Amino acid sequence: MRLTVNGLERELASAPLEPLLHALREELGITSPKAGCQEGGCGACTVLVDGEPRRSCLVPLAAVEGASVTTVEGLGEPGNLSTVQAAFHEQYGIQCGFCTPGFVLATTALLERSPSPSRDEILAGLGGHVCRCTGYVKIVAAVEAAAGSPA
Amino acid sequence: MTDVIVPTSAEEAAAAFGDGGGITVLAGGTLVVPAIKLGRLRPERTLFLGRAGLDGIERANGTVKIGATTPIAALVEGAPEPLATFARHVGDHEIRGQATIGGNLCAPSGGTTPVGDLQAPLLALDARIRSVGAGGERTDSIDDFLAAGPVGRLVLGIEVDAPKRAATAAVRRPHAHAYSVLAVAAAETADGVRIAVLGAGPRAVRVASAEQALADVDPQDDALASAWYRRQVLPGLVERALEGLR
Repeated sequence: MRLTVNGLERELASAPLEPLLHALREELGITSPKAGCQEGGCGACTVLVDGEPRRSCLVPLAAVEGASVTTVEGLGEPGNLSTVQAAFHEQYGIQCGFCTPGFVLATTALLERSPSPSRDEILAGLGGHVCRCTGYVKIVAAVEAAAGSPA
Repeated sequence: MTDVIVPTSAEEAAAAFGDGGGITVLAGGTLVVPAIKLGRLRPERTLFLGRAGLDGIERANGTVKIGATTPIAALVEGAPEPLATFARHVGDHEIRGQATIGGNLCAPSGGTTPVGDLQAPLLALDARIRSVGAGGERTDSIDDFLAAGPVGRLVLGIEVDAPKRAATAAVRRPHAHAYSVLAVAAAETADGVRIAVLGAGPRAVRVASAEQALADVDPQDDALASAWYRRQVLPGLVERALEGLR
């Protein structure tokens, strides 16, 4: 089966019911999506599928045939971070970093659909993401900073 | 390894499902994928509905037709109350975008976390469930469908009539997902008020006794008190009387 990952078309040999998470990590070596709870409850595996945030641990490969998948590797790179990545960096929105790719992608999608979200919208939009370091204050500050900075 | 069938129409899905024997139905994947990955479910054959065209919401003359694989997120804006409010509280943004109404309706009870929250508002709305399986296509009332269980049936769609009035009340436990400890869905349909409770048993149930209580009383205005006042006070007095039984 074929899908596009971070702009590159890839051919995957994993079984059709294999979660996208494991195909990304183990077959393609893209390790930014994290295998946290692996039941959809922690948000660490979140990727964008055709621009929408999805739990890659819950998405079977069969569901993403022909789709376009984005991980944080596809947002920016060292020296040229995306607005959201830069805001998390500048606002200290990262402690151990395990939850960060999920938060960054969910924030990217949130600001796409709501460029100036209220605090309640931010909390609702990111409500499925758990930070095991409990650094939520800085994370919300990063989202607010990203919303306020020019794209 | 499981055989995966990917139908591209409702007819192909129905044909592949047959009587459902040995088939695991997969739509959004939020329940089935982790169950397979963690070894709790070992399907012989899996029917993936993501390309069968079973999603979408149609409205006509007060009736709302909801395809089985419609994502729960689409119900938040597109479904009548109390279904919309219950949909808004399922999981989180990502889960609502992926999980489907059909999967929620057919979710097994009794896991470690509550699933199947939409069963309560569907009960309150007196939903009609269109499914295929042994004997072909048929439409069941939500009461009959939940009583018989989803085994052997492939849900194609759900129909509800917009209610005259609707309400919800819930106690939720704050978490990454705001799990519903208890939730009540009420709707006034053409046949009267229907009330369903989530969290008072392994799956949502209608509380016919409460529905009957509403039908039993018909307070009047008089020189002592208004009908409104009597409706407000009556539940508290009944509760006191029941607690005082000795």
